[in-house]
Amino acid sequence: MAQEDHEREMSQNLLLALDSITKRFGDLIANKDVSLDLHAGEIVALLGENGAGKTTLMNILFGHYVAEEGAVRVRGWNGDMHVLEPGAPHAALDAGIGMVHQHFTLAENLSGLENIVLGTESLWAMRFSRSKARAKLESLMEASGLEVDLDVRVSRLAVGERQRVEILKALYRDARILVLDEPTAVLTPQESESLFATLKKLSSQGLGIIFISHKMAEVLGHSDRVAVLRSGEIVADLATSICDRQMLADLMVGHSVEAVQRTPGNPGKPLLVLDKVSAGEGREALDHVSLTLRRGEIIGLAGVSGNGQSTLQQLISGLIPATSGTLKLEGKPLPAKASAAIRQGVARIPEDRHHDGIVGSMSVASNLVIEEIRRPAYQRFGLLRYGAIKRRAEAAIKAYDIRCPGAKARARLLSGGNIQKIVLARTLDQHPALVLAAQPSRGLDVGATAEVHRRLLEARDRGAGVLLISEDLDELFQLSDRIAVIHRGHLSEPIRTEELDKSSVGLMMAGHELKKEEAA
Amino acid sequence: MEYVDILTSASFWAAAIRIATPLIFGVLGALICERAGVLNLGIEGIFVVGAMTGWMAVWLGADLWTGVAVAAGCGAVFGLLHGILTVPLGLSQHVSGLGITLFATAVSYFTYRTALPNVSSPPRIEAFQPLDVPGLSDLPFIGPALFQQTPMTFLALALVLVVGFVLYRTPLGLAIRAVGDNPAAVEAQGLSVYGLRIGAVMVGSALMALGGAFLTMSAFDAFFFGMINGRGWICIALVVFASWRPGKALLGAVLFGAFDAFQIRLQNEVGGAIPSQIFLMIPYVLSIVALVIVARKADYPRALLQPYFRGQR
Repeated sequence: MAQEDHEREMSQNLLLALDSITKRFGDLIANKDVSLDLHAGEIVALLGENGAGKTTLMNILFGHYVAEEGAVRVRGWNGDMHVLEPGAPHAALDAGIGMVHQHFTLAENLSGLENIVLGTESLWAMRFSRSKARAKLESLMEASGLEVDLDVRVSRLAVGERQRVEILKALYRDARILVLDEPTAVLTPQESESLFATLKKLSSQGLGIIFISHKMAEVLGHSDRVAVLRSGEIVADLATSICDRQMLADLMVGHSVEAVQRTPGNPGKPLLVLDKVSAGEGREALDHVSLTLRRGEIIGLAGVSGNGQSTLQQLISGLIPATSGTLKLEGKPLPAKASAAIRQGVARIPEDRHHDGIVGSMSVASNLVIEEIRRPAYQRFGLLRYGAIKRRAEAAIKAYDIRCPGAKARARLLSGGNIQKIVLARTLDQHPALVLAAQPSRGLDVGATAEVHRRLLEARDRGAGVLLISEDLDELFQLSDRIAVIHRGHLSEPIRTEELDKSSVGLMMAGHELKKEEAA
Repeated sequence: MEYVDILTSASFWAAAIRIATPLIFGVLGALICERAGVLNLGIEGIFVVGAMTGWMAVWLGADLWTGVAVAAGCGAVFGLLHGILTVPLGLSQHVSGLGITLFATAVSYFTYRTALPNVSSPPRIEAFQPLDVPGLSDLPFIGPALFQQTPMTFLALALVLVVGFVLYRTPLGLAIRAVGDNPAAVEAQGLSVYGLRIGAVMVGSALMALGGAFLTMSAFDAFFFGMINGRGWICIALVVFASWRPGKALLGAVLFGAFDAFQIRLQNEVGGAIPSQIFLMIPYVLSIVALVIVARKADYPRALLQPYFRGQR
């Protein structure tokens, strides 16, 4: 009896039902027979790797895409469930679905208030009533705790504030269902916490909330239920309370993922020696930096971004000269010339892989050989040897498991993880002496991250020196033999990872001096 | 001082405003298009269309205001063409716009020649006459400068207010400004990006055509080849000068009109010593200088020139 009552109550609480949604893009099946329910007062996390079809699913819900099969049902204002008109954002809006896209959909030349009222009044109205809108928004801000200055142009708002405008936009239209796509991707940890506190509050007021994420911690910490999407299919739909990190990771990837284990390194002769090097200017300037990186070791460079990391990268890549001090690779001075750096064996894995790592409009094959294009293997009498380039590309695509339509596909069409694999294949297959890896796993999913880590350790074991620049302490502790901290252009003495703990590195990143005894 | 006399004479300012009138229409039209995110380089050709069709409607027997409406309608048709090519089809706005200019100009000349195969001197119509506003026209200085213009000049000035009001005070204007900055924002609020953009390009093009119609129905009373003479291009530059604001657009147009009126008078003063081409050049050179100074800080509509495709990130 009680069970039946419960079921009836649950069904009355049902706000939204996705029924067997299937969506194809050409041959690719983005969503396959996906069903998902959402009830009032519930926070559901949609977890999946990049490319699993999370965003596609939500775009179908919001009418940006039309599904080939299946339907979306929502509870109408009269209390009945009805089928949502496909491919019509206004229908989704009218049904009370509010969506906060990963890339905010705000007009930056308008104020927050104007963005919020946009489209809520007839276009043919002679004027809109700002005071009425403001009154409603002020009560909404009070109820939800989302404070934001409504009269400032959006271009002047910080990222967190813009997100609050986006949420208010949905609430202003009386949304009962709120969908957030990777809401914490652009937020600081503090902002993320306050976002989830707001979501909690909103759900307690009766909203149904779906948030999309690939971060395990926030899924476990802030959802009532978690749906795992893998290759376009829902593989699990569970109460969060019975889930744990390992289980979700395995579900997401489809097989168990082992974190890469670092074996003790075998450091050889000094490879890269920086002696009191100064370079760059302004906030990112390097000030008398000294460092010795040996063959066969990984030095992790911790630091909050903007403390000189990018200057160091440019310096070692040969993009800018040192203003004082010396910079030597295997005893030879490293000139400020990128092509010379490559010839001397510097492999560069740049921080912004889309912008600096590939030429997006060129093919995968071209991107794979671009650093070696002058070698006789790929050119003869100044003419490209397409056969050799193609063979090289096909071998690399296989060896690195680069998922792409083919060697001729344009590189920018690939996902972030696959673009990073192109960069890895291009640089590491040249057997470089020095690997300069900046934020190599940022934005990558679990599987791709493990692959990057494995390749870096492999390069080290082959005898290369690796300088790993990262903001991710877990990654640094997992891979580095020694860790140094950069703060305001000063570099600390590298300390063996075994002698460090994360909190002391965190303190050093914030600028505290650390004595060696203290660390031990 | 002769130059001061020129600048303080009512007839000088009357001429400046007269010269500015087609530019006011054109710059407002271009401004509306660009605010919605579409550059309309068809402007030069749409001026020709407006000049030809407005004049021809009257020559065929319509009254003057019907001629104005015909010109606006024909401009809107070419706007629709440009809108379809650049908005849903997403073609290059530069290429499409230049194509529209070539096409619209050629069609206008062709129609004119076909209708009047054997005329040597262009036939004249009874054009708009200066409007005598009782009382105001008799005011010293302001009267002759402002209130002895033709009705189309008053229409242009009124449109500055209307466009400003619509853009900044109405939901429609809000949507137009938003669609030129971030079409995804408009789509996410349930409005039609295509509808707004095509509509804006059509209305903008209608205004451009009015600029042409002013030339054949107010400034002159006949249509002849080459009469637009780059006025459309000047409008494209003036939009940047005006930072996409209607009030500043008016200022820019009048400033250009003043330069032009000034050089005409200067030619009379010192015409013997200096070739007249130098004077003709003055307004353009000054426009470029003004543009260089202003445009460095220009705050472009962010989505200008960028086609929008639904669902694409």
